[in-house]
Amino acid sequence: MLEDHLPLWEVFVRGRRGLDHKHIGSLHASDASQAMKSARDTYTRRQEGISIWVVKADDIHASQFENNASFFDPAEDKVYRHPTFYEVPEELKL
Amino acid sequence: MNKNHYRYVLRLGDNALILGQRMTEWCGHSPFLEEDIAMANCALDHIGRARLLLSYAGEIEGEGRSEDDLAFIRSDREFENFLLCELPIGDYAFTMARQYLLDTYHYHLFTGLISSTDVTLSAIAHKAIKETTYHMNRSRDWVLRLGDGTEESHGRIQIALERMWNYTDELFEVDSVDVEMAAEAIAPDPELLQSRWQADITATLKKATLVVPEKKWSLSGGRDGLHTEAMGYLLSEMQYLQRAYPGLSW
Repeated sequence: MLEDHLPLWEVFVRGRRGLDHKHIGSLHASDASQAMKSARDTYTRRQEGISIWVVKADDIHASQFENNASFFDPAEDKVYRHPTFYEVPEELKL
Repeated sequence: MNKNHYRYVLRLGDNALILGQRMTEWCGHSPFLEEDIAMANCALDHIGRARLLLSYAGEIEGEGRSEDDLAFIRSDREFENFLLCELPIGDYAFTMARQYLLDTYHYHLFTGLISSTDVTLSAIAHKAIKETTYHMNRSRDWVLRLGDGTEESHGRIQIALERMWNYTDELFEVDSVDVEMAAEAIAPDPELLQSRWQADITATLKKATLVVPEKKWSLSGGRDGLHTEAMGYLLSEMQYLQRAYPGLSW
């Protein structure tokens, strides 16, 4: 019932000095305009931010935990992918 | 002391205090959690505004009364708020319709007060206009949602408007206080306030598929201390602690 009329929205807030929006929580609202107002009242009442994004939770496609082994484990033994492994040519050194 | 100046500021403070007190009654009882937080937020904006205005009223009066003295140890006959502010909260349709009528009133009032010749009132208006702009957007949104919503929500908010409509003339009544304040450019012109208010309300109700109620009779008196029965109950709850334990602080 609640989910039918008031779907879930995820709220992202950018702080005064922040460069990116960070996930700060979620809320129920009937549409984007109501979600935006509720986000303002729920998550920025203590000056937490100066910009808000709201995204319908249904529109977020998340990776599935049961896929973690095939998704993320293969990266474990590939430390050479970090740029620290490249030798910087002499000419480029300051 | 200029008695009319004192009463003008006191009335602004009383409207903020009594409406704010009514709004706090929803705390823990709103239709859903997000609304509960939003309503409490807006209520606190009103209480904060009441503190500034009542402190200033006490200053003008010059008899050493603080914001707390004015809020908690005056009797109903000494309060000069609009009757509309003190009416019981009713259902959520009634509450949001009243918020919208008063938010729109305050929006035009504070817009005018920004250029008041009274620098303190002008400073308070600068702060209040930002809060009020948000309040008005929020309550207008609810009027549109409920009016243009389901058969039940439409019916409820239409009835709510009809129940409160006869209290709206009081918002624009003019007595010697208003005449003097407008003449000294402390307060904006009441007629201009009324025409702007009416234009906004009519447009929103139309958009919300609601009918502007017919005015059958008109009740006022709040600004002279003559209140509805509901006011006594409101004050006894709001003032209980200071009446029972005078001077108590925490």
